[in-house]
Amino acid sequence: MLYVVIIFLLVAVFLYCLLGGADFGAGIIELFAGSNKEKIKSLVSNAMAPIWEANHMWVVITVVILFMGFPAVYTQVSISLYIPLILLLIGVVLRGTAFTFRHYDAVQDGSQEIYSRIFAVSSLLVSFFFGLIIGAIVSGKITAAPESFYEGYLHPWINLFSISTGVFICSLFVFTASVYLISETTEKDLRELIIRKTKLATLVMVVSGAMVFIFSYVEDVDFAERFLNHPVSIVIIVLATAALPLLWKIIEKGLIWPSRILAGVQLFFILAAFYLIYFPEVILMKNGDNITLFSAAAPEATLTQLGWALIIGSLLIFPTLFYLYKVFKIDRNAG
Amino acid sequence: MTMPFLMVISHWIWLKKKKKIYLDLTKTWSKGVAIFFAIGAVSGTALSFELGLLWPGFMKHAGPIIGMPFSWEGTAFFIEAICIGLFLYGWNRLNPYIHWASGLIVGISGVLSGIFVVTANAWMNAPAGFDWINGQAYNIRPFEAMFNPAWVSETLHMTIAAFEATAFGVAGIHAILLLRKHNFEIHKKAIIIALSFGSIFAVLQPLSGDHSAKDVAQRQPEKLAAMEGLFHTEKSAGLTVGGIPDVKNQEMKLGIKIPGLLSFLAYGDFNAEVKGLNEFPRENWPPVLPVHISFQIMVACGFFLAAVGVVFWLLRWKWKKYLFDKKFLYLAAVSTPLGFLAVEAGWTVTEVGRQPWIIYNIMKTADSVTPVPGQILHLSVFILIYLILTVVAVWLMRRQIRALHASQPQEGSTEA
Repeated sequence: MLYVVIIFLLVAVFLYCLLGGADFGAGIIELFAGSNKEKIKSLVSNAMAPIWEANHMWVVITVVILFMGFPAVYTQVSISLYIPLILLLIGVVLRGTAFTFRHYDAVQDGSQEIYSRIFAVSSLLVSFFFGLIIGAIVSGKITAAPESFYEGYLHPWINLFSISTGVFICSLFVFTASVYLISETTEKDLRELIIRKTKLATLVMVVSGAMVFIFSYVEDVDFAERFLNHPVSIVIIVLATAALPLLWKIIEKGLIWPSRILAGVQLFFILAAFYLIYFPEVILMKNGDNITLFSAAAPEATLTQLGWALIIGSLLIFPTLFYLYKVFKIDRNAG
Repeated sequence: MTMPFLMVISHWIWLKKKKKIYLDLTKTWSKGVAIFFAIGAVSGTALSFELGLLWPGFMKHAGPIIGMPFSWEGTAFFIEAICIGLFLYGWNRLNPYIHWASGLIVGISGVLSGIFVVTANAWMNAPAGFDWINGQAYNIRPFEAMFNPAWVSETLHMTIAAFEATAFGVAGIHAILLLRKHNFEIHKKAIIIALSFGSIFAVLQPLSGDHSAKDVAQRQPEKLAAMEGLFHTEKSAGLTVGGIPDVKNQEMKLGIKIPGLLSFLAYGDFNAEVKGLNEFPRENWPPVLPVHISFQIMVACGFFLAAVGVVFWLLRWKWKKYLFDKKFLYLAAVSTPLGFLAVEAGWTVTEVGRQPWIIYNIMKTADSVTPVPGQILHLSVFILIYLILTVVAVWLMRRQIRALHASQPQEGSTEA
């Protein structure tokens, strides 16, 4: 059952990065929309409104799996990365409520401006801290017995490596969001605008991806070394990058679903490569006593219950979720 | 979690009778549902993290034991989020009955996720499903932990309380609007739906409360003693109404004592012995004063609402013309916050009443708290955010109501 639970954990993380990420990315695009703010705003609102809450449920599932199935991971992250997690949560609360308030305010006036700003800025913050936390977990700077406040609660995340993963995740989210948004509009100007943003995001993604490598040497994190010693991951990343020109071709031809699926596959490759070089380790500790999915796993009885809950739960969730997307995304695009 | 049910009832009447007023009411309520669900959803997300942020020591042990209801809660929450999207944006796009059903599922999954969460809390009061040996949990049985001895009484009490509080809250707001001379038919319809629904639960609640009290008497006698301010074990113990417990001198000041009633309520026997706080070591006493006072507040609010519920049905059956009389509207308006007050007071009773334990008789709260310093800042920031959110939510509702009034036909009559 442990493997069933691990598969669900990975699926939930992937779907959160894909769907939740697209939602965060949309907010970031809005932040950098410049003079086209109004147009982008209504595009984002219409594209996200019916489905954004469902998109964010994956993080709840992820957290539940972690704290029930892998309590050692959950507690260690909660303690060492306490501060960035709090900042992340503030962002989550603010952006969700601002988005809804913007939609449901019966009067359209200056307050719209405030909601939009909060929504856009907190989208950027949440994405950044999300990436930063992932970076911090594998930075090997987490310690269970800190000697100072700095060592225990600041150093794991305030370093160039973690910060560069934060930036990388932001650009990754913008990338998925823009591929998604392109086909949400038929307006030519708007499409071209988003295509420009997508290209920019791709550029930032490649550059910040390179930064993650460079800073891993600077900060003495073994990320780059692990990666270079893992041929499968190298092949996967090369494939994901090589698929970019193909993606542009498909987008220019206006093929909606192929472009979305390809971008999803690229995201999947990036996460898979990242995951493969660490499996089964999750938290890299300063003293080398790394926490793995096996060492952190809950007793078998718990995992069995969790596994069944996930299997039955997914049988309920996936059909309804599919129906939701069908009603609001597939049927409408077809009509 | 109650609003969706009111919305669904109104929606059903619209589907059956095709009176536009019910459609307007459904849509108005659905906006309230949307706003509160968004706040609830992000809070729920935050909460799943906060458990670990605040109580890592607790979660480390409790996660594997009591994670099961949380995993089901996650599923229910997910379904709720999907269906709320379908309902809110499904007008004119879905088959009307599927659309209606999606609203109903929002309500049902909301109730279920509430029940799952409370189950976990019940486990903290009645830990089960593991063997505790030398500060470690062994031989974990998640099923037994979820269906612990307290789960029925706690989930029942809380579910009823939620229905009651929200329904009276909604009815109260509409009553206030009527009192302010916003004389619209839609508010009257709203009050009838909300109170018909809420009053059933208001009348049932004392029964569930009695069930809970007997349960607490069995399993957590010191909590019951604190609720009642009973310092010394008594046979044929009296029920104290009101009063201020004086912990230093170990006696109750003021308050009316009804002889034998506590023994009867706790054990079904007027002569039964009820354990006082003197039976327990001093360091394991819960803070008596807040527990006792909260308990009194909860019971008082509960009985008041039950009385309003009964009056509502009397008026509706026998004296229909007084239903929207000022006096009754005032009564409904006063009820607006009482249900929520009772819920908060009730949580204070069960949570503070369990102190100093976080897991009853297993782990103390102080041993589970995070080692990270600066908690007061953390608390202040979140209190501030939620204060702002509350203010904004209220402000948004007012703007919604104003928009609603602008869209409604003004009634000719002058009665208020």
